[in-house]
Amino acid sequence: MTTVSSYRPNTGRTVELLLLVLVTGIIMLAYANVGLAQTGALPTDMVTYAAGLLGIGLAFHIALRWRAKYADPLLLPIALLLNGLGLVMIHRIDFENTYEGVQAPRQLVWSALSVVFAIVVLVVLRDHRRLRRYTYTFMVGGVVLLLLPLLPFIGDPHYGSRIWIKLGPFSFQPGEIAKILLAVFFAGYLVQKRDVLSLVGRRFLGFPLPRMRDLGPILVAWAFSLAVLVFEKDLGSSLLFFGLFVAMLYVATERVSWIAIGLLMFVGGAYVAWLLFPHLQQRVQLWLDPFATGINQVSMGLMGMASGGLFGTGLGSGHPEITPFAKSDYIVASLAEELGLFGLFAILLMFVLIVERGLRTAIGVRDGFGKLLAAGLAFSVALQVFVVAGGITRVIPLTGLTTPFMSAGGSSLIANWTVIALLLRISDQARRPLAEVDEEEQAAAGAAATQVVKLR
Amino acid sequence: MNSPIRRLGLVAALLFFSVFASSTYIMFFQAKELYNHQGNRRTLLASYDRERGQILVGGDAVARSTATKDDLKWERTYPQGELYAPLTGYFSFIYGAGGGLESADDDLLSGTSDKLFYRRISELISGRQPAGASLDLTINPDAQKAAYDALGDQKGAVVALDPRTGAILAMVSKPSYDPNTLTSHNLNSVTAAWKQLNADANKPMVNRAIAGNLYPPGSVFKIVTSAAALESGKYTADGLVDAPRELPLPLSSKALTNWQNGACVSGKTRITLTQALETSCNSAFGGIGIALGGDALKSQAEKFGFGDTLRIPMRATASSVPAGMDKAQSAQAAIGQYDVRVTPLQVAMTSAAIANNGIVMRPYLVSRVLDDSLGVLDQTQPEQLSKATSSETASTVARMMQSVVENGTGSNARISGVAVAGKTGTAQQGNGRPPHAWFTAFAPVGASADQKQVAVAVVVEDGGSAGQEAGGNKTAAPIARKVIQAVLG
Repeated sequence: MTTVSSYRPNTGRTVELLLLVLVTGIIMLAYANVGLAQTGALPTDMVTYAAGLLGIGLAFHIALRWRAKYADPLLLPIALLLNGLGLVMIHRIDFENTYEGVQAPRQLVWSALSVVFAIVVLVVLRDHRRLRRYTYTFMVGGVVLLLLPLLPFIGDPHYGSRIWIKLGPFSFQPGEIAKILLAVFFAGYLVQKRDVLSLVGRRFLGFPLPRMRDLGPILVAWAFSLAVLVFEKDLGSSLLFFGLFVAMLYVATERVSWIAIGLLMFVGGAYVAWLLFPHLQQRVQLWLDPFATGINQVSMGLMGMASGGLFGTGLGSGHPEITPFAKSDYIVASLAEELGLFGLFAILLMFVLIVERGLRTAIGVRDGFGKLLAAGLAFSVALQVFVVAGGITRVIPLTGLTTPFMSAGGSSLIANWTVIALLLRISDQARRPLAEVDEEEQAAAGAAATQVVKLR
Repeated sequence: MNSPIRRLGLVAALLFFSVFASSTYIMFFQAKELYNHQGNRRTLLASYDRERGQILVGGDAVARSTATKDDLKWERTYPQGELYAPLTGYFSFIYGAGGGLESADDDLLSGTSDKLFYRRISELISGRQPAGASLDLTINPDAQKAAYDALGDQKGAVVALDPRTGAILAMVSKPSYDPNTLTSHNLNSVTAAWKQLNADANKPMVNRAIAGNLYPPGSVFKIVTSAAALESGKYTADGLVDAPRELPLPLSSKALTNWQNGACVSGKTRITLTQALETSCNSAFGGIGIALGGDALKSQAEKFGFGDTLRIPMRATASSVPAGMDKAQSAQAAIGQYDVRVTPLQVAMTSAAIANNGIVMRPYLVSRVLDDSLGVLDQTQPEQLSKATSSETASTVARMMQSVVENGTGSNARISGVAVAGKTGTAQQGNGRPPHAWFTAFAPVGASADQKQVAVAVVVEDGGSAGQEAGGNKTAAPIARKVIQAVLG
């Protein structure tokens, strides 16, 4: 059916390689900056770190050439850049005497483990559609992971939230991994049910409403996210899960009514929770007036960002350590303080690029499951960055979530590098020229095309 | 499913945009406000990161930073403590900068002022350790010491000015305090000292020369009334004015009495304006106040600088004459009673204007801003604040004031060989409290351009050590004389 042509599509792998070198250079520049500001000398282990960082990037790059040569060339360098800058910032705050102790070496190990894990995912998972077979397994896995911190013995409450588990010496936030498992489940479930959810229903005041019994899934998701909010006291994760579900529901059904219903339900649920829980009322109070209780985490973060101004104090020259959780929840404020507004914009733009590349992959890929999964994963990154950065900059009340790739913490790194691996895998399919699409895929694509029925 | 994915992209873009907008607001538009917000530990730490500039008087530091070995790299010390505390203020880790130049010129001393922009760039390029700018003051250390010692244990203030430039040569406020107790790194002792100073009923941390509860001026205000009378053209120095034994106040059952409890000049009910000032004649000046009206007094006072909030660079409270006074109130205001309120600085500025042909110079405390190798970054240029009177009026009032010292109530300010012009004041407080004793003067009268000249104001609160027996000539004039001698050498 297809003729052999001498045309060789541009895979972008060379661009990726060059970007990896550039990214390594940027991170080493930042590292040198910290060393000069804190000790007055270049760090002695710079060459080792540069080699290690480039090695990690190259290993991934080679895996891509081998197993996913059409994958998006920007995702890997951007993830490596964010990971590297986060590491430098954690290393920089390690110089100060904070009660959290030295965290950079552990974060480095976790980064390497995460990248290795991501490579394994990429190599083992030859086709993302295989995940669809385990839709309900992922659901069970996701729910179990989310509920683990509530169990006695392994649950490890910190700072009023029950989102950690403790296994021996390791502390873990299983919610981060659950995010991916649930995205896979949502994609598998919705691609199956989308016709029912989108086509059947009545109109009310010119507004198409779903049948009552089709409301089941969204009700379950809503109840579940509220349970997370109430029992784990984790507003951030609750917002993330429910937002992710509503967004994927909308993509699957193309019906705005789901968004309206979802928003109403979340606002209603959050309001009731606000009435019931003093710690939520406190968060809202600090959102409206950061100085309401004198100097606190929110106002300290704001003062830190303000002291950075447009150009920042320079890496190693500010006082990010004053703000609590400067390496984890507040790493965005720490970076803003030392890199300034322009540095913060650059970092946020890197996240914008990841989201844009993920959504582009969703548009480009041919199967519905892939579309939903890529869109969901990409949007979850956007939502997570918004919940964190928006909380710090007072767009919304502060909730505790990690900044992808940057915050100190192993579970977050593993989860987000896995997101990158999945997006790379799907983008390999999306960008593969038709000539190489196998017959099975063509059949699938054909079937998908005939499924598009619009009655309205 | 592609169009909802695109719309999802739009939603994501909106989410990011909101964070861009809010961070721009925080880090650009709100940055200065947040940076200066009370309790901002970063601002305080930043000020300890670099060596803070010195405050210099006659080449000696009265405030300087010394290197320490603890977390805060620098400790602020004040070698002359109480003598200069009202000028230096304090720079405390707990309580921030306050009380004087430490806060008024904080941006220069800390090195963050926009005026130091080019220097900061050169520090950046040359890699030198950045340091704050130093301030060289206009203070004459001999005059400052003389004023401080002469005031002794009495409450009050002394201000000395160079009439021709507005440079502040001495500024003393008592009781004073030792700023070193607030700047040590022993936080417990600092907290204790702070509490004690704030609980002290005598308010040692208030600079009485420029702020605090302002003083009623009493008879030193008659200089302003004399100037208003001469400027009106209706009066001359040798022309006769009514000087009754007591002046009935219109629409009131009260009368203005003279401190002599009778005629100002025995046997006379009409005396010259010069005699009225010499004898500090209340009934004569009260009559002039009624004739001129309250508005004329107020407008003349404002030409001397009343009503202006000055920055020297510390904020000096504006002196005031009330508006819309009736005749009785105008009569009282003309002799410095009713609601006329002044700072010692304003009184010194009034004498200085008379000395300087009627021109009021803007008072200033910092003569030069220096970098850490004492190179000059900025030099204050004397500036005219206003024209209070014509030069004829000024020289007439000067002669009248000279006569006060030579023939009248200001005898204790006489210095042999120096033509001193002055005016006493004894401001009654009522309710049985001893009066405030005032004296203001300048010398020498008619100085040539190459001669030093000085204008002084002295106030001793609640009669000082003399109590109810206190008076301007007895209590305040000797202090003014010592300051004048210290300046003229």
